[in-house]
Amino acid sequence: MSSATGIIDIAVMITFCALALGQTLSMVRLVLGPSYGDRILALDTMVINSLGLVVVLGIHQGVQIYFEVTLLIAMLGFVSTVALARFLLRGDIIE
Amino acid sequence: MSLFILVALPFLGALLPGLMNSAGRSACAGVTFTVSLTAFIGLLTNLPSVLAGEVVTARVDWMPVLGLNFTLMLDGLGFFFALLILGIGLLIIAYGRNYLSREDNMGQFFTYLLLFQGAMVGIVLSDNVLLLLIFWELTSLSSFLLIGYWKHLPEGRQGARMALTVTGMGGLAMIGGMLILGQIVGSYDLSVILQNRELIQADPLYLPALILILLGCFTKSAQFPFHFWLPHAMAAPTPVSAYLHSATMVKAGIFLMARMWPVLSGTPEWFVIVTTAGLVTMCIGAVIALFKHDLKALLAFSTVSHLGLITMLLGTGTAFGAMAAMFHILNHATFKAALFMSAGIIDHEAHTRDIRRLGGLRTLMPVTFVIATLAALSMAGIPLLNGFLSKEMMLEEANHTVLFNVPWLVPVLATVGSVFSAAYCFRLIGHTFFGPVRDDYPAKPHDPPAGLWMPPAILVVLVVVIGVAPFLAEPFVKLVTASVLGGEAEVPKAYFKIWHGLVPALYMSIIATVGGLILLMVFKPALRIWDGAPRPEAKVIFEAIVEAAATLAQKLILPLHNGAFSRYAAIGSVAIIGAGFHAWSTGQVGPATRTAQAADPVAIAGWGMLVAATVGLVFLHRNRLLSLILIGIVGLMVSIGFVFFSAPDLAMTQFTVEVVTIILLLLALNFLPKTTPVESSVLRRVRDVAVAVAGGVATFGIAYHFLLRDAVTTPISEFHLANSYKGGGGTNVVNVILVDFRGFDTYGEIIVLGIAALLIYALTQSLLGGPVRARLLNRKPDQPRAGDMHPMMMVVLTRVIMPVVMMVGFYIFLRGHNEPGGGFIAGLIVSIGVVMQYMASGFNWASARLHYPYHGVIGAGVLVAGLTGIGSWFVNKPFLTSDFTYVRIPPFEKFELATAALFDVGVFLAVVGAVMLSLESFSRLARRAHEPETEHPMDIDPSRDVEDAKGAV
Repeated sequence: MSSATGIIDIAVMITFCALALGQTLSMVRLVLGPSYGDRILALDTMVINSLGLVVVLGIHQGVQIYFEVTLLIAMLGFVSTVALARFLLRGDIIE
Repeated sequence: MSLFILVALPFLGALLPGLMNSAGRSACAGVTFTVSLTAFIGLLTNLPSVLAGEVVTARVDWMPVLGLNFTLMLDGLGFFFALLILGIGLLIIAYGRNYLSREDNMGQFFTYLLLFQGAMVGIVLSDNVLLLLIFWELTSLSSFLLIGYWKHLPEGRQGARMALTVTGMGGLAMIGGMLILGQIVGSYDLSVILQNRELIQADPLYLPALILILLGCFTKSAQFPFHFWLPHAMAAPTPVSAYLHSATMVKAGIFLMARMWPVLSGTPEWFVIVTTAGLVTMCIGAVIALFKHDLKALLAFSTVSHLGLITMLLGTGTAFGAMAAMFHILNHATFKAALFMSAGIIDHEAHTRDIRRLGGLRTLMPVTFVIATLAALSMAGIPLLNGFLSKEMMLEEANHTVLFNVPWLVPVLATVGSVFSAAYCFRLIGHTFFGPVRDDYPAKPHDPPAGLWMPPAILVVLVVVIGVAPFLAEPFVKLVTASVLGGEAEVPKAYFKIWHGLVPALYMSIIATVGGLILLMVFKPALRIWDGAPRPEAKVIFEAIVEAAATLAQKLILPLHNGAFSRYAAIGSVAIIGAGFHAWSTGQVGPATRTAQAADPVAIAGWGMLVAATVGLVFLHRNRLLSLILIGIVGLMVSIGFVFFSAPDLAMTQFTVEVVTIILLLLALNFLPKTTPVESSVLRRVRDVAVAVAGGVATFGIAYHFLLRDAVTTPISEFHLANSYKGGGGTNVVNVILVDFRGFDTYGEIIVLGIAALLIYALTQSLLGGPVRARLLNRKPDQPRAGDMHPMMMVVLTRVIMPVVMMVGFYIFLRGHNEPGGGFIAGLIVSIGVVMQYMASGFNWASARLHYPYHGVIGAGVLVAGLTGIGSWFVNKPFLTSDFTYVRIPPFEKFELATAALFDVGVFLAVVGAVMLSLESFSRLARRAHEPETEHPMDIDPSRDVEDAKGAV
């Protein structure tokens, strides 16, 4: 039992670090660019990564309600990406 | 009739003329007349008790804590003024019906008139000084509307503005005076204040209070040096001038001086200020009146002069002076209203009021001639008319008044005033009605229909009756005087009679009449001297003062308030930092109750990203799209931060708001250049950096400070946590605060939100309705565009996800009261779900499927929230009291049903409506001409190809 908790703790820690690294690297990509497409993709990746961060945080602290935050992020996070992409492609996002 | 109904009648009746406007002019005037007549009769029903010397009172506690009670009283003085206001009001309404032309909006006119009448009646019946002040301000406002009734005339607008400014400033001063008086006595009830003469006059604050109250009275009653507004108010229609300047508006100041007479008068200060002001006003007004060529201007200055006369009489502080003042108020109201109406008749029939263009009207307008002449002779003080009697009393009083230790000063000045007064009356008669008949009148003058001459004729009958038989008016005037004196002095025994014997006053009267005739004979040379003499023009001075004040205000305000957001942010930041630093350096700081925790690497990574995105934003902000992406990161990291600090509902709100913001900004960015030009100098940017860094450091400081210690001994959150479930029926404190504890705030906020959205709509609509429309329609895109307008992948995805979004929104809404969620988040989620459809299939497609306009949704939201709040009235609870119960609908878990949830429905609807309306308005702007309008949800649709193929076969 205690070893299982220990393993989960370690796994959570590793995931945390991996996601944080991913987040940081996405940030670097966002700053470097060079095109808007890269940057929007980086932002989208950051949204996905932060979704992961919240899930892992929920597991770590044992709080269910965080799951709903991820639900919202998962459900609506893509909307801003789509909007940005549409802006690049068409200029007008509602036409 | 109850005093409450008496005061309320004109106000309630004011609704009727507007409603009756379409029923015709006679119906409109008739209904107004009926309202006034009802009030008049209601007043008369109180006559027996007033005659018996009783004081009729009516009282309702309004805000007892503030000493503001709705108390009314009717004594002799109040009855006298109410009688003038309502009685002359009736004549004015009848006269106005015939005076106004077809182009004038009669309903509006009579509505204003009744509002004014109600305010005046309120003043004279108030038994509470605060209530009196409210009515006092109401007369200023309603007289503004009346004076500026002819909105198309610049003189009308300027005159109205000047009257409002002067009387409004005076009213402001008076508020101060009344508050001091109330503080001294410890009550704001007039009946109490009037009992405390010694207390008030012994108080060191007596003089300031006196000066402030007199400022109010003098501005309202046009006393020197505030007399200048009155002539400019003559731009109003004549019925208004006749009403405001004979019996009502300008008499309000006189009324108040008479009302306050028992407590304020009798001191040297009162005597010097009031008598001097009155005397100066009387002489100046009379002199200027003589040289005015406009009939109404002449009457206006004569009004100023007579008001000065009454003020002087009140200033003497003797019982006889007060009695003479009351008698003259009655006489002045009758002859002056008649004269104004006659001037209106002449203007109406001859199309000019310029005395130089008139003359010889005696034979052309015999009826008007008789009316105007009798009234003017009364004003001049000719025996057998009522003006003679009170003027005689005034001269008698002046004879006994010693000002500045110079015994001849007051009698001589009073005589000089009377000479000029007689002269302008004779000029009015002589130059208008006598002389040869001319052939160059702008219109052919003739007597008007009875509707116009009857009202002044009735007044002139009074003038003659009182003049011939003064003993008829005597008991009434003495009754009024008794209530003015309020037991402080005995009512004088003197009888009102025409012949007093060979007393000095009679000689003064004879001098005045003869002197007036002589002045009229030498009028032409006198006018030349007058025209040649330099004299200050009041309007120019007034406008210069207003202009100077406006310039000063601009100099103060514009540097702080220049319309640039960066300026506001800088000023706000510096001010807050300064205040915070002051508090921190002077206040006491408690010891730290918590210790700092070590930061884990993930938190540091998050913090690092937040900092990096913000710094990046500062350096890259000239590229607008890039800064938008960076703002997206900031928002995202802040949401995660909220989760990290155990505030999931804040995280959800932040995240959804973030999405909506990006959509809104992208819609706006479509019309903006993609980069921001460099506009500010290096020095300025350095300064801004300094302000920003200071702000950041201060924020850090306060956050660090409060992370280590509790804010106050018992934080307010304790109360919320303790009462959230007990009182609001919810365990989610944030939501209970929103919909229950601070429900009223939220109610206001959703209204503001709705108004903001409607404003966005209105702005875009007016853009589209104007010349910009063509430019918008033919706008060329500033970048090449991809071909697929409505890609299939996006359409399918958004359609599939729509029900899920709705479900989640519904779930979060229902659960909101106990767990994170609620109407606000649910509203944002649903809006995003709907906006996705707009983005995927286009504006036209989505709009075609819209059943309810978003304005309606906002309105429904506010209505639902409001009705929920009102609902608690039915169970005798205050607005927005909430209650709750538990409900179980079979397939779901047991859930709680609270009235707060219904309120939350309102919030939900308002949020959906507001968000959608503003997004839709923006995208409406982006419509372009020559774009293919398609009813299909997507451009390329394989199933449509199949159907087309079938159709082809």
